[in-house]
Amino acid sequence: MNLDAVVVGGGLHGCSAALQLALRKLRCLVIEKDTVGRHASGVNAGGVRRLDRDPAEIPLSVAAMEMWWAIAELVGDDCGFRLSGQIKIAQNETELAVLEERARLVRSLGYEHEEPVGANELFRLVPALSRHCVGGLVAREDGFAQPYQTTKAFRDKAASLGVRFLEGTRVLGVERKAGDWIAETDRGRFAAPVLVNCAGGWGDAIAAATGDPVPFEVVAPMMMVSARLPPFLTPVVGAAGRKLSFKQMDNGTVVIGGGHFGGADAEAGTTSLDFRALAESARTVAELFPIMRGASIVRCWAGLEGFVADGLPVIGPGTGEPGIYHAFGFSTHGFQLGPAVGRIVADLVTRGESDLPIEPFRIDRFAKPPSAVPHPSAGSG
Amino acid sequence: MTARHELAVIGAGPAGLAAAATAAELGLKVALFDDQPAPGGQIYRGVERTPLADPAVLGDDYRRGADLAEAFRASGAAYHPSCGVWLLTPERELGLLDNGQARFVTAGRVIIAGGAMERPVPFPGWTLPGVMTAGAGQILLKSAGMVPGKGVVLAGTGPLLLLLAAQYLRAGVQIAALLDMTPPSNALRALPHLPAALSAFGTLAKGLALKREIHRAGVRVVKGVTSLRALGEARLEAVAYEAGGREQRLDSELLLVHFGVIPESNTTRSLGIRHLWDSRQLCWRPVADAWGNTGAEGFAVAGDGAGIGGALAAEYAGRLAALEAARALGRIDAAERDRSAAPVRAALAKERRVRPFLDVLFQPAPELISQLADDTVVCRCEEVTAGQIREAVGQGCTGPNQLKSFTRCGMGPCQGRQCGTTVSQLIGHTLGRPVEEIGAYRIRPPLKPIGLTQLAALDGEGEAAA
Ligand SMILES: Cc1cc2nc3c(=O)[nH]c(=O)nc-3n(C[C@H](O)[C@H](O)[C@H](O)COP(=O)(O)OP(=O)(O)OC[C@H]3O[C@@H](n4cnc5c(N)ncnc54)[C@H](O)[C@@H]3O)c2cc1C
Ligand SMILES: Cc1cc2nc3c(=O)[nH]c(=O)nc-3n(C[C@H](O)[C@H](O)[C@H](O)COP(=O)(O)OP(=O)(O)OC[C@H]3O[C@@H](n4cnc5c(N)ncnc54)[C@H](O)[C@@H]3O)c2cc1C
Repeated sequence: MNLDAVVVGGGLHGCSAALQLALRKLRCLVIEKDTVGRHASGVNAGGVRRLDRDPAEIPLSVAAMEMWWAIAELVGDDCGFRLSGQIKIAQNETELAVLEERARLVRSLGYEHEEPVGANELFRLVPALSRHCVGGLVAREDGFAQPYQTTKAFRDKAASLGVRFLEGTRVLGVERKAGDWIAETDRGRFAAPVLVNCAGGWGDAIAAATGDPVPFEVVAPMMMVSARLPPFLTPVVGAAGRKLSFKQMDNGTVVIGGGHFGGADAEAGTTSLDFRALAESARTVAELFPIMRGASIVRCWAGLEGFVADGLPVIGPGTGEPGIYHAFGFSTHGFQLGPAVGRIVADLVTRGESDLPIEPFRIDRFAKPPSAVPHPSAGSG
Repeated sequence: MTARHELAVIGAGPAGLAAAATAAELGLKVALFDDQPAPGGQIYRGVERTPLADPAVLGDDYRRGADLAEAFRASGAAYHPSCGVWLLTPERELGLLDNGQARFVTAGRVIIAGGAMERPVPFPGWTLPGVMTAGAGQILLKSAGMVPGKGVVLAGTGPLLLLLAAQYLRAGVQIAALLDMTPPSNALRALPHLPAALSAFGTLAKGLALKREIHRAGVRVVKGVTSLRALGEARLEAVAYEAGGREQRLDSELLLVHFGVIPESNTTRSLGIRHLWDSRQLCWRPVADAWGNTGAEGFAVAGDGAGIGGALAAEYAGRLAALEAARALGRIDAAERDRSAAPVRAALAKERRVRPFLDVLFQPAPELISQLADDTVVCRCEEVTAGQIREAVGQGCTGPNQLKSFTRCGMGPCQGRQCGTTVSQLIGHTLGRPVEEIGAYRIRPPLKPIGLTQLAALDGEGEAAA
């Protein structure tokens, strides 16, 4: 079999990259050590959010959002996408001032999607919210989608265009030989001129093996879901001073996240839950949503996610041998970016450039003298 | 400080009561946690104070339970009733919901004696109000002394079904019919196991006595029943089935079904303990050695949660696990453990000899799963049908965990307890592969739903050690 590209990793980013490469008539193989969508892409909170993105991510996030609004045209499935809006709430004037400052910044960069609102509009949008809140920041055309359904839709569309998926197969090492990248797996070797690293929380290993180490950590954001409740909430809610991502699904269950981390074991591919941290999450919810005080939690889980030291993903070519491209380490907010990053990768492969600004995501950005390196925390969702 | 116990026992059925009493008598500091308000477990539920005027309704066995409970009370083991365990970590931290209050404790060793659950078997109409498991009916009888007013229809297979029928008769309940769904061919297949079973003559004699009692009472017993269906709009109105090649129908307001019991394996699976598919009992059970030790360091299993063996076997296994705990914690040496264990082990072996015969004799028909109608609901919580599961398999879904992602099957409040065994078998059947290879749901805590407010009140600070 002649291949134009081998993609390592069957998460949303691997599937999206493969889909875009196939749309550009390249023959692709996706190699996935477990099953497609088994990790972060299939178990995340499903937040499709431009709201409160790092300024560097805004252009990508805005481009991705345009794709989300028409997602069925791309993949033939609505991915469970709901145009619910996203809102970040302030519990006091200080927090509100920070959100307003943020809105000004976004506007100064030329974007209109973040809008500060006062108490009246806040309670109109989120009637169940505790009355001590004072205002918020809204992105009315953000939303959420079903993570596994989405990843599977990208996979199915890619497969319909001829992309091959090899599940249960682990890439053990990669090397470049005679103009080809060779992916050594536990089920044989696969060669192609192009190698795409979409290995999520394991992406640093491939990067390091090809001469581009990245300061990186694997984290395990935790989620909880409640038993079904009568409908009381439309938008996805986050909070300025709290770790929170909070949404009610169509079936009435409430999905709660927000960046409390459990234990991560990347090698074993497993996570463990930290109930003391989840208790804090429960306290936040009980304070902000009195209606939740009678709810019960039926399930908790965590997913493995690669966190780069500056909280931004790695997107772009490697610095050494030609033909290798990276898109990994999405640092707890890569689901929304999935549709756009696939396009960026495919453009890089076929045209050598992207029309979106990806400079901030260079793999060698840490090779320069480091700026402040914050500890991973805060907002998934 | 989080309370720390030398030995934590989960479950106050015969296995847990015997384990806790034995260990406490050997000087261990024991705490027993059970989610029920009183000791007894399933079989001896409410044994210290049965609400029935005449305890004979429940049979002689009940008295053995009273003795067990008494010995446990006298042993010095700390007893925590109405205290559910919703979290177990490999570090032997237990998350408790103690009379509604969430807290943590830790333990040097843990004996899991959580018992069995009734085997959920989906059939058309099984989710209608008015359809209940026989065990749920029995709980009403044992704990509230409540008996359904009108005649009931009993259906399924297994010794408990006969026992329940007899208990109902003694309590004055009218049984409209007992629909025996045991495949007629089971008897022949069980025959080779009969000689071994004869040593447990008492158990077999009890079974025969039950049959005679039901017969004498004039209960209509229909053999070779298949294609059970519960009919009705908002609730059960009639029961339909096939027998003797003919379609039959019985008007009824209460249908009690029972297809045997299986280990409640969510608890043990949540620890990542390896489980085997028991192809005779048609269920998952944890892999454990002769003392009940599992692959999870410091965790042992005892009783029906380790594989169905009945109340006496559970009691013996509880004692063995306690002896091993006393050895591991330095109270007795291996020689003393083995000496004390020898008579218990002999009794256990004798008790177990009857199982292969009973397991095969009462094995539910494979068609109950393989021929499940496409429109029958399998996952009650998320309302996923057999047809949707087959369709997901057709789309490349190869196991129960992937099925969750495909269909939400198993993701509701029951944590997959109601559909898990069916799902593993159905996927195996659809793919033509052994259940063992298909695997089971990965289980995440909380093992049982926990209130958001209860979770919010959890601060990791427990009381001082008991
Ligand atoms: C609980 C949780 C909640 C989140 N909530 C949100 C949210 O609301 N909104 C949002 O935008 N983002 C969210 N995220 C982040 C988002 O899920 C991720 O950023 C995104 O899914 C990353 O996709 P990926 O394809 O890069 O990684 P993954 O989905 O992890 O896929 C990488 C794949 O590569 C495979 N792989 C790795 N190494 C190898 C190898 N050597 N050989 C073969 N295969 C390999 C892995 O098995 C894996 O399947 C959340 C994440 C988590 C965990
Ligand atoms: C519904 C039902 C009815 C039965 N009726 C009879 C009968 O009438 N006669 C008969 O011979 N056999 C009966 N059996 C079989 C009988 O249960 C067993 O043979 C015997 O009780 C096994 O004893 P055990 O100690 O292993 O478990 P059990 O007696 O089941 O005791 C387990 C105890 O652990 C508790 N528990 C479980 N999980 C947790 C947790 N996470 N936290 C706290 N507590 C927990 C349970 O509530 C229970 O009290 C019945 C089984 C079932 C499922």
